[in-house]
Order: sequence, then C-alpha cells, then structure tokens
Amino acid sequence: MAAIYSLFIINKSGGLIFYKDYGSAGRMDTNDSLRLASLWHSMHAISQQLSPTTGCSGIELLQADTFDLHCFQSLTGTKIFVVCEPSTLHMEGLLKVIYELYTDYVLKNPFYEMEMPIRCELFDVNLSQAIQKDRVPLLGR
Amino acid sequence: MAPLAPRTGDAVFANVERVNAELFTLTYGAIVRQLLTDLEEVEEVNKQLDQMGYNIGVRLIDEFLAKSGVSSCVDFRETADVIAKVGFKMFLGVTASVTNWDAEGTSCSLVLDDNPLVDFVELPDTCQGLYYCNILSGVIRGALEMVSMKTEVTWIRDMLHGDDAYELRVKLLKQVPEEYPYKDDE
Repeated sequence: MAAIYSLFIINKSGGLIFYKDYGSAGRMDTNDSLRLASLWHSMHAISQQLSPTTGCSGIELLQADTFDLHCFQSLTGTKIFVVCEPSTLHMEGLLKVIYELYTDYVLKNPFYEMEMPIRCELFDVNLSQAIQKDRVPLLGR
Repeated sequence: MAPLAPRTGDAVFANVERVNAELFTLTYGAIVRQLLTDLEEVEEVNKQLDQMGYNIGVRLIDEFLAKSGVSSCVDFRETADVIAKVGFKMFLGVTASVTNWDAEGTSCSLVLDDNPLVDFVELPDTCQGLYYCNILSGVIRGALEMVSMKTEVTWIRDMLHGDDAYELRVKLLKQVPEEYPYKDDE
C-alpha cells in the first residue's frame, strides 16, 4: 500500500504552519522542517519565473527516485504539499480534501490567528481520518 | 476522480451545510442591536460591521475556493459574476445580478432583490444612517483582498432606507499580485 511520508502546509509568506510526518521515513526535526518549507516556497516561486510558458502557477509534482512530492497552491497563496512513495495515486484529490479540512476546521476556528502555526484539534482528528491508508483510494469520489 | 470540477451556485449550495435562515437572521439582528448599544454612534457601528465583515471575508475566501472549485478569473467582469452567482448563492442562498458596468470595466453594481439578513427588520428614526448589511461590504472587500484585488465596496440602494432593492457598488482599485524579491536589477 503506497504510503505518505509527510505533509506540510505553508502560509503565503513561506512560513511553515503545519507539519506532520507519518512513519520514520518522513521524520525530521523542527528546524529541518522549517528550512525545507522555506526552501520549497522559494523554489515554487522561482519555477513560476523560469517557466517557458506564461501563466504558470508553480510546481505541482516533483518526482525523484525514492519519493514523489505533490504540491497544491490555493489562489490565496497557501501551499499544501505531501511527500510520498513514488507513484502513489490520488494525491491531488487528497490535497484538495486537506484544503477543505483546512477551511472548515482551521479558518473557522475563532482562536486561530491567520498565517500562524495550526494548533486545531478538530483539524488533526479529521486529517488523520482522511489520511488513513485504506481510505486514500476512496478519496477519488 | 477529484471532487472539484467547477460547480454552479445551486450545486454548491446543495452540498454545503446549511443553518436555519431565521436563526441566521435573528443572530445577525442581535449582533447589530448589541453593537448599537455598545457603540451608540451609527457611524461607529457601520465601521465596526465593515471591519467584522473584513475579518470574515479573509477566511471565507478559502472556503469558497475549496468548495466551489472555481479557477482563477480572467478579468474583473468574471470575478463579479462569480461573486454574484456562486458566492452569494453558496453563503446566503440568494443570487445577485451584476449591472451598471463603467467604461473601464473596473466598477459594477451587485443588486440583491432578496436579502436574508434583513427579514423582520425595520430601522427606527434614531438609526437612519445605519447601513444594516454593512457586514456584506466588508466580506467582499476582505475576500477579494486575499486574491490580490484591492476594492472599495459601498451601498447605493438600501431597502431599509426606502429604496426598492439592495445595491452594492464594487470598485476595483488595483490588482496587487504577490511580489517575490528575485529581481536581478535590485
């Protein structure tokens, strides 16, 4: 069963607001995750400028030997990206589901400050349900 | 199959969670009533409603984008249409019409014939300057700001003041795309 290694959410300025790893393959310490998030934010921005076509909205998929990285950027600048095993299916669907969970359980939380790290219990609970391995294929509804 | 092909307003409205309309109307009425008691001045209440709407709008836009599946709008005309047909339908259950475009296409009117916020409402003589639905102007302004559009939203017609419909004037001041500091000539 294809596995997700880690999930990142970054705000529009490139700061990491949410990081979760699944299993030891994705684990990294806080500083590394922060560094990776800003690195990705910059690369995403640079890719828009490098693109030979106009209207490019940035990197959506990065494929390497040992992992794939799927990235979703909303029109408001929030990026959600997931690092997973190569050739994992349905990741785009998963990213959109996570975006909906973000709007329902993070943004509607009155104690959540915009652009700040996410500390919302309902979001964590619903995210775990969405990511459970046997449910990921069902997200292609 | 990813769940989000762009949907019409009705389709999205059918899929979101809804709340009792009267509860919504009465809760909003209680909020305005409380603001009037706390702030006393009608102008202050107008400003506070706009600010509250702004705070709602900056968060609402993500929910709107996530659930309706709309993609980037080509121009401001499309933006206005999407707000009137999909946005209003999704959050208020009513559609607005878009009229009175100016020559450059940067300013238009959104006309609401039906407005769930104002059911059962009458303005007393002491509050004639109150823009009861000013929260809506804040919501539109806040939401558009998060997608790089600075706008100015004002009320032109208000049924609580005796007009025949609710008309909001939305004016696009400027587009402010995200700037990345990667220019070589700096």
